[in-house]
Amino acid sequence: MALAVQLMLSGDGDLGEIVALSLRVSLTATALACLVGLPIGAVVAISRFRGRGAVLILMNALMGLPPVVVGLLVYLHLSRSGPLGFLGLLYTPTAMIIAQTILITPIIAALSRQVLEDLHAEYSEQFRSFCLTRRQTVSALLWDGRYSLLTVGLAGFGRAVAEVGAVIIVGGNIDHLTRVMTTAIALETSKGDLALALALGIVLLVIALGINAAVQGIRMTAVQQAHV
Amino acid sequence: MSDVALMTGLPEIARVRAASMTPMEASDVVLKLGGATVLDGVTFRLRPGGCTVIMGPNGAGKSLLLKLLHGLIRPTSGRVEWNGKPATEVTSRQSLVFQKPVLLRRSVMANLDFVLRARGADRSRREELLAHVGLEHKAEQPARLLSGGEAQRLAMARALATEPDVLLLDEPTASLDPASVLAIEKIMADARDRGVRTILVTHDPGQARRMADEVIFLHGGQVAEHAAASDFFSGPQCQVALDFMNGRIVV
Ligand SMILES: Nc1ncnc2c1ncn2[C@@H]1O[C@H](COP(=O)(O)OP(=O)(O)OP(=O)(O)O)[C@@H](O)[C@H]1O
Ligand SMILES: [Mg+2]
Repeated sequence: MALAVQLMLSGDGDLGEIVALSLRVSLTATALACLVGLPIGAVVAISRFRGRGAVLILMNALMGLPPVVVGLLVYLHLSRSGPLGFLGLLYTPTAMIIAQTILITPIIAALSRQVLEDLHAEYSEQFRSFCLTRRQTVSALLWDGRYSLLTVGLAGFGRAVAEVGAVIIVGGNIDHLTRVMTTAIALETSKGDLALALALGIVLLVIALGINAAVQGIRMTAVQQAHV
Repeated sequence: MSDVALMTGLPEIARVRAASMTPMEASDVVLKLGGATVLDGVTFRLRPGGCTVIMGPNGAGKSLLLKLLHGLIRPTSGRVEWNGKPATEVTSRQSLVFQKPVLLRRSVMANLDFVLRARGADRSRREELLAHVGLEHKAEQPARLLSGGEAQRLAMARALATEPDVLLLDEPTASLDPASVLAIEKIMADARDRGVRTILVTHDPGQARRMADEVIFLHGGQVAEHAAASDFFSGPQCQVALDFMNGRIVV
């Protein structure tokens, strides 16, 4: 434990590299997942169509995708013999970003759908009176729901940064290349290097706490702005 | 001929503008919601120009009637037509100030900007509109923190922002102080004099007297009386309206 703290305070190169890569991969995945998931959530939130119930069930079910299954699917596509094998992406950070994006896009879509549907219930009559186009409606909902959607994004990021199953399969935990916090913890623990594992565990915990603090902060700002 | 009578005294442009939307015809409108008949055979005709005040007890169907006129809901049967066009096709040329206006989670100014931008209107009018309703000092404040009366004023400014031909107002001064009531009435009167066909729901007899050219009295989802203002206020023909105006409870 003392060793772990010492490792963190000394600004150990490996440790810093691992944390940086983790953040880069998961933040990129979160950004991409928001880019795809938010419009999907918004469109489903304001649309009434046949089979909508089934779509909602599917979206909610996909929220619980097991990371190892996502990892496996991405692996099958990116492996040398897979359809996208020619890209040579397997065991790169890009592969890890793809896997995490797939993992959390359903979370972003499903959670934002809920948020935006409530908002739309409140706004829809007023918006129809304004004769807004669908596009205008969607962008207005996204903007007015920004505080709640930020917490949705943080939930997605939290899930991405903490998962190990997908990144270990498509990233391979290669030192200096695709080693992130969770895979490093798994490896170092099995090797018996508990100091590094613990240090990484603490960083991960701090990130989780930071996310929660951010969510709280956003809520409070939202309340202050009479935004809820 | 009486159409023309109401219009005299209005500028030429105003006459042309209002005339393209009116007359409005509601014929045998029935609206059923959740098994209950909330509007039952409503028939009336609105001539061009002026202000029609709709009165009636709580639950009479006034708000729903405004939404029908605005094309937000369709009647279960019957027709609502503005100069021959179904109400649902002319929503964009009207503005409705809802009984409970929904303000966006943005600043006061951003609420106005939103409508102006969405409709491709001239955004340089934003300050003028805010000043018009006396909210210029609140421009940067979150709209959700406005008081009830201030929120109604913002809703009013927003309704005028799109330069509608028809203004539908659902108790727009219900939570305003007396001075603000007069200020909003002046705004409504200005709009009416510019040729904006105004339809106002109000519970305030004084306001009805000041604003109305004609009165429609709704009761239990039916038109109990439709009369010129002077006739209505000198003594309604139907008993329910008479009781209502005399402050007796009408159910
Ligand atoms: N969505 C709905 N489903 C069922 N009934 C409804 C619905 N909306 C309104 N009603 C009923 O229709 C009736 C007329 O409602 P409306 O809001 O038009 O009344 P109002 O005349 O505007 O009353 P107030 O003076 O209180 O504003 C009410 O009895 C109300 O309960
Ligand atoms: Mg009402």
